[in-house]
Amino acid sequence: MLIKKGIAASLGIAIGKVHIVKEENILIEQKDIPKDKIKAEIKRFKEALDKTRLDLDAIRAKVLNVLGKQHAKLIDAHHMILQDPLITKEVPKLVAARGINAEFALSEILDKAEEEFEKIDDEFFHERKHDLFDVGKKILSNLVNREKVDLKDLQDPVVIVAHNLYPSDTLHIRESNKVLGFCMDLGSKSSHTAIFAQSMGIPAVVGLSDISRQLVSGDTIIVDGEQGMVIISPTPEIIEKYKVRKEELHKQEHFFLRLKGLPATTRDGHKISLLCNVDSAEDSGELVGIKSEGVGLFRTEFLYMNRDSVPTEEEQVKFYSTVAKAVPHFPVTIRTADIGGDRATQLGIKGLKDERNPFMGFRGIRLFIKYPELLKTQLKAIYKSNTEGNIKIMIPMLSSVDELITVKKIAQDVRTELMEEGFAAKADPEFGIMIEIPAAAIILDSLLGEIDFVSIGTNDLVQYTLAVDRINQYVSELYEPFHPAVLRLINLVVQTAHKKGKPVSVCGEMASDPYAIPVLVGLGVDILSVPIKMYLRSKYAVRTMNFEKFSALSQRLLGLATAAEIRRTIEEEMK
Amino acid sequence: MIKKDIKITNELGIHARPAGMIANTSARFVCDLKLIKDRMEVNAKSIMGVMTLAAGKGAVITIVAHGADEVQALEAVSKLFREKFDEE
Repeated sequence: MLIKKGIAASLGIAIGKVHIVKEENILIEQKDIPKDKIKAEIKRFKEALDKTRLDLDAIRAKVLNVLGKQHAKLIDAHHMILQDPLITKEVPKLVAARGINAEFALSEILDKAEEEFEKIDDEFFHERKHDLFDVGKKILSNLVNREKVDLKDLQDPVVIVAHNLYPSDTLHIRESNKVLGFCMDLGSKSSHTAIFAQSMGIPAVVGLSDISRQLVSGDTIIVDGEQGMVIISPTPEIIEKYKVRKEELHKQEHFFLRLKGLPATTRDGHKISLLCNVDSAEDSGELVGIKSEGVGLFRTEFLYMNRDSVPTEEEQVKFYSTVAKAVPHFPVTIRTADIGGDRATQLGIKGLKDERNPFMGFRGIRLFIKYPELLKTQLKAIYKSNTEGNIKIMIPMLSSVDELITVKKIAQDVRTELMEEGFAAKADPEFGIMIEIPAAAIILDSLLGEIDFVSIGTNDLVQYTLAVDRINQYVSELYEPFHPAVLRLINLVVQTAHKKGKPVSVCGEMASDPYAIPVLVGLGVDILSVPIKMYLRSKYAVRTMNFEKFSALSQRLLGLATAAEIRRTIEEEMK
Repeated sequence: MIKKDIKITNELGIHARPAGMIANTSARFVCDLKLIKDRMEVNAKSIMGVMTLAAGKGAVITIVAHGADEVQALEAVSKLFREKFDEE
């Protein structure tokens, strides 16, 4: 038996058999090819080139569709690399001359080319090597037969163990319904997969450094998402203990069920709005089931995933209407798609994946301003879906007044177009922004005139305030929502917005953290938006807290110098 | 063998797309085509070679053509530079 400590990413306990998801890293081994097989080896290489050509054609069509001609031309350059004599001539030559396998010959040629690129001082050109390796990788993956397990096709319930899971993997997990829990080498509590696990109610522990290499499929494992640890090959006694604990948690869930339909009011009568985060139309059933007071964050990225083209207006209308109609008397806050960053590759927008620092890069509203057609289609669909008059629009990753004005202008154009088409808008949706970039928090007073509400996305706000990439294992420890800078920024946002009478919501992972909830409410946050699975728990946290007490405490926290002091003070107060 | 010096005038220099255009155009000719910059010589028919030149705006490149259709080849490649690789 071995206990490994990681980061609790999603609550709950899972006991089951391990299923390892292999990384796609391709290990290139040198193999000797006998003389009489050289011809066949070269033929195999040419076939891989043909296959890659077809892959590129498919990608090109996709890019052309999504991003337009200029970007499709980049794929044309990839085609050119594929036809480069260095690849088409030199690789077969090397295979024949040295009697080695094509993979190895290709990787040698690529290595040599890399050396050439490394010599270049100019950073712009230096970075062009990614184009080359992108193509190289594609050829290699067509040469090597990879063991790629489709998570969709899982037969038995398993605990998924992986080095890292990508958004598309999580989509398959959702479809398969066979995943008891999961563990990852990488990740933090706010990485995409953790958020996904929380919304699915799947126990998860991440940041386990090398667990995917320590285990093999079929091992027994306990995932303790409460304490953030896993137990490998547990003894029967431990399994028994955990079964009991699991049962207790189940009972607790049962207890929370009694809070359904009760208001999110503190013990001393301060009422806040407790809303849900939703990322799929399929969530609407549960939304109604737990009697949620609405949607504070409707992520629309999933709509753009695992597909060849941008979702049409009709598709989007159907998607948004399903949710808006499910809770007709409550707000549904739709965030325009925040594609880009760690998710970009999976969203059908290929050709952008080689950004050097995607989190600081082309994502959210930045991408939509560059491709206004994407924004227009989405806004049009949102306006058309607003038959109940309960929809609000929220813009992610905004950092300046200029961006806000550009977006509002586009929104105005869309409304004018709709009017010309004879579409009568029921009501003008409220318009708000996400506060994720510290700049937006600091200049909020200048933005407020143009908006109706703000919503703090704490995951990104923490990441950008502390300059910590939350999925970088070397610095993820520095990711600290209770950092005084974060609390002070949240306080600044609340104070600034309230001065103009605009409500503030928090929709990041802090909103459902039992230690953060009383602090956020104490600071004056009006709305918390949490994963559906955390809804009743969070309500419990609100209903058991004392607003007066935490208002005073929060002010004191703002004066503290370290996260440790802040945490300790909260814990003492909650005892 | 003929050669010609040409200055890069497009904003972005020879990045992936222009490199592709050079390689693509060069490949249509049977003659040898080379690009030389700062004593570094590359095969103009190889997009990767052309990219490793790291030729930015303002750089001067020598185009060298040698073979049956060298005149046409040299003209075709210089034309790409002159027209700034259709950059918008």
